[in-house]
Amino acid sequence: MKYIDEYRDKSLVLELVGQIKKASAKHITLMEVCGGHTMSIQKFGIPSLLPENINLVSGPGCPVCVSSRKYIDQAVAYSRLKEVIITTYGDLIRIPGSTTSLDEEKANGADIRIVYSVLDALKIAKDNPDKKVVFLGIGFETTAPSSAVGVLNAHKAGIKNFFLYSSHKIMPPAMAALIDEGVKIDGYIAPGHVSTITGSGIYKDIAEKYKLGCVISGFEPVDLLRSILMLVKQIENNDPKIEIQYSRVVRPEGNLKALQMLDEVFELKDDWWRGLGVLAKSGLGIRKKYADYDAEIQLTVEVEPTKEDKGCICGEILKGLKKPKDCKLFAKACTPIDPVGACMVSNEGACNAYYRFNRE
Amino acid sequence: MCLSIPAKVESIEGEMAVVSVGGTTYDASLQMIEGVEVGDYILLHTGFAIQKISEEDAQETLKIFKEFEDLNQQLDEEEQKSGNRIT
Repeated sequence: MKYIDEYRDKSLVLELVGQIKKASAKHITLMEVCGGHTMSIQKFGIPSLLPENINLVSGPGCPVCVSSRKYIDQAVAYSRLKEVIITTYGDLIRIPGSTTSLDEEKANGADIRIVYSVLDALKIAKDNPDKKVVFLGIGFETTAPSSAVGVLNAHKAGIKNFFLYSSHKIMPPAMAALIDEGVKIDGYIAPGHVSTITGSGIYKDIAEKYKLGCVISGFEPVDLLRSILMLVKQIENNDPKIEIQYSRVVRPEGNLKALQMLDEVFELKDDWWRGLGVLAKSGLGIRKKYADYDAEIQLTVEVEPTKEDKGCICGEILKGLKKPKDCKLFAKACTPIDPVGACMVSNEGACNAYYRFNRE
Repeated sequence: MCLSIPAKVESIEGEMAVVSVGGTTYDASLQMIEGVEVGDYILLHTGFAIQKISEEDAQETLKIFKEFEDLNQQLDEEEQKSGNRIT
């Protein structure tokens, strides 16, 4: 497939591995903060190609994993209202809430529909005027614009029964919080698709204030290895900066149209992250102007008290302090079929990636 | 939901396009980008085209490696001659 196969070329991969080995001397830790990178790195066996002095850790790149169980509990509560149709991306359906999951509720008769796009949810709202269609908006800056379009299109078309339940978050505060907490990171493999929307300027503080390099990377083996090489060179030369490896889609200014839509619909608010606690101005809340489409304002439900599972160390894994294999529950009590934490069941979770690709 | 995939624009009708990925077609809204034409490649994410793929930059990324190959060969030869490691 074009724009994929070329970046999996074996000779290029071997060339880059050779370059990295030649250029790299210091013991360094590189962190990626993107669920897609988590998966790609494990799927392609990148760690096994690198010299021992380069340690790759996974950070809070899985938006589902960093969200509170309360989000699922509240979505479940909405789904139990007779007039509500829940519309959601597929990856939320099996995430454990405190006592149940959307999948279980669906099996018990709740009207929960997996959609490919928010536009499908709008269509469902149009086709079911007597129902309230709640769209579950989870994701970072890559996905938030889609939710913004949902609200804007509903507003334009006069669709009054579409509601967004937003748990959207933004990356930079989490990247800074990790450094503030003293997590040992020598450079960031920066998220490729978040950056497609936001542009490269969002990492300015990380590079200038914290003096850590950020290389915005694509997702194929050639992209990842090239990004690692760029970070290695920055570190060896003591020259931390923002670089775009994924230049075929990431422009320094990002996608201005998408950014405008984001700004129109959302404003920053403080938000809770698993492993990091409450981070200032890290979440996206729906502006008052669009309160008519805000599920949290328009629908009233009672939500069960949030229960976290003891023994689950998703919080520490999301900070890169522990790896999935350090968890007592990994591959025993917690598996993708029967998960305890979100990290194991989300298709962007570190534990899921390790379970599928790195279990020895 | 970082999952996005390169897709080729097969047809456009207003703000919607039909795009193809390895033989399968999908609907993609063009609401977030401008100046897309049939034959362009876009990045598809949750039913939206979120960016156009630059063929020029794509080739550039692949080209650099070939340059390194030559440089590496040159350095290898120099190292062999002088017996010193070059970084």
